[in-house]
Amino acid sequence: MSEMIEVRWHGRGGQGAKTAAYLLAESAMQEGKYIQAFPEYGPERMGAPIMAFTRISDSPIRIHCHVKAPQVVAVLDPTLLETVDILDGVPEDGTVVVNTNESPNSLRRTLNISGRRLFTLPATQVALEIIGRPIPNTPMMGAMIKATGLLDIEAVIANTRKSFEKKFNAQVVEKNIQAIRRAYEEVKSE
Amino acid sequence: MGNLISMEGNQAAAEAMRQINPDAMAAYPITPQTEVVQTFAQFVADGRVDTEFVTVESEHSAMSACVAAAASGTRVMTATSANGMALMWEILYIAASTRLPIVMALVNRALSANINIHCDHSDSMGARDTGWIQLFCENGQEAYDSLIQAVRIAEHPQVRLPVMVCYDGFIISHAVECLELLKDNEVQKFIGEFKSVNSLLDISHPYTFGPLDLYDFYFEHKRQQIEAYGPAKQTVIEVGKQFGSLSGREYGLFEAYHLQDARLAIVLMGSAAGTAKEAVDRLRANGLPIGVLKLRAFRPFPSEELTQLLSRFEAVAVLDRAVSFGAAAGPLFTEISSALFASNHRPLLLNYIYGLGGRDIDIEDIQEVGKKLQKTAESGKVEQPFDYIGVRK
Repeated sequence: MSEMIEVRWHGRGGQGAKTAAYLLAESAMQEGKYIQAFPEYGPERMGAPIMAFTRISDSPIRIHCHVKAPQVVAVLDPTLLETVDILDGVPEDGTVVVNTNESPNSLRRTLNISGRRLFTLPATQVALEIIGRPIPNTPMMGAMIKATGLLDIEAVIANTRKSFEKKFNAQVVEKNIQAIRRAYEEVKSE
Repeated sequence: MGNLISMEGNQAAAEAMRQINPDAMAAYPITPQTEVVQTFAQFVADGRVDTEFVTVESEHSAMSACVAAAASGTRVMTATSANGMALMWEILYIAASTRLPIVMALVNRALSANINIHCDHSDSMGARDTGWIQLFCENGQEAYDSLIQAVRIAEHPQVRLPVMVCYDGFIISHAVECLELLKDNEVQKFIGEFKSVNSLLDISHPYTFGPLDLYDFYFEHKRQQIEAYGPAKQTVIEVGKQFGSLSGREYGLFEAYHLQDARLAIVLMGSAAGTAKEAVDRLRANGLPIGVLKLRAFRPFPSEELTQLLSRFEAVAVLDRAVSFGAAAGPLFTEISSALFASNHRPLLLNYIYGLGGRDIDIEDIQEVGKKLQKTAESGKVEQPFDYIGVRK
């Protein structure tokens, strides 16, 4: 069980947090891992704060309780930083990846964060520039993979392509892949 | 693990239904309905099943349509949840008492009021006396596997009873997990061709369903229905074994986890059983002789088997995810303690209510139960027979 990784995705309804949680899980499964992914269901509506979770493990996952101490947190919407405790339960050596224009250093000061490895990326800007829509989930996936080294980026891209091909046209798929790659390159560490 | 795929519990249930390819499905297509029916409706629209799909104006009508379709001699399935099944209540009895082998996926969710969409077992427990076989599942894999087995159990000539396959709302229904699917032809071969019995449409052998049945014969019919549960129990075991030969995943009336050398046990049903296994592993690492009994068949309730298994234990905690208001304990506890009363040796028994309305139960919560069991066993007396897990005062 010690080898199990838990990831928490913070977003607002419509930003694709659930899709990201599922995509990460599927990619991990393609890499031979056991997975679990689930959203937190409340009164769902566009714009409301939501959370989604991914568990990745080398052995079958039996537990069905909430994720309380995720080693990795991804924040898809910078406005959540003021209203949601994104660090809740995150251990000192945990990794936090935030969609913001701020640098990790400045974010650490603004939010008064101690410990944790901080990463930032203007993911909405990346999404707007490449995909043409402010859906930050795929660039945030790229940023998170770089920050954590959880999975091989090419495996994540291959799985995203496979999964998105079922839902979107080729152009949209390729733009999302491009966004993942650029995020992977441009994510900032301290 | 080459054949593993990732799927939500509801998708897995719908996939089982697609592979079963029932003759008819009736469902109320609006909340509190689940994605099982939504996904299955897509299979119908895409021509991937041959099912006559009937959308109706309420769950009462959905079960009525299932009864009619089954009585006319067809293989019938449906799915519902929570208040949806509560509205079926009257017809659930009719389905079982008419001995119609309908199979239903039940996504376990809390009943109103207040409005809550999350998991507990109130809906199943409200239907425990309706005459349906009830199988509880720990994860999406078990929901998928049990739906396929349910067809065989329900249609067995000595059984002929409807089966509800129960799995936890959101925790299982809306969670993506790894699971293994059978091939379409394997499922078809396993369930076999549907054999119609006493079909309403077999006009050369006219048959009456649901006639007036007063004090002259009603009681005999009830006795027959009670006695069908004997073969039902054997059939659950038999079909579970055969499914094991096919898939490598064998099923029975319950699963015993580390019980062989244990003196303490935790009894529970559904998704929390997996969490309990993890808690038990940790407790055993600290030297506690504890195991988990995950009950799968709540109906037929395996009284003799559980008595035989549990009577030698020093202390047993029964975890209920439902309440029976005004009763001394939860419904599962009542059944377990009543079964154990037949034995000369009885463990000390604790009852916990947990997880109502989706309240989380985690590894530490269950470890606490283990420690209470140890204390109870050491002191030789039950200090608090009834308690809660994770609720404010």
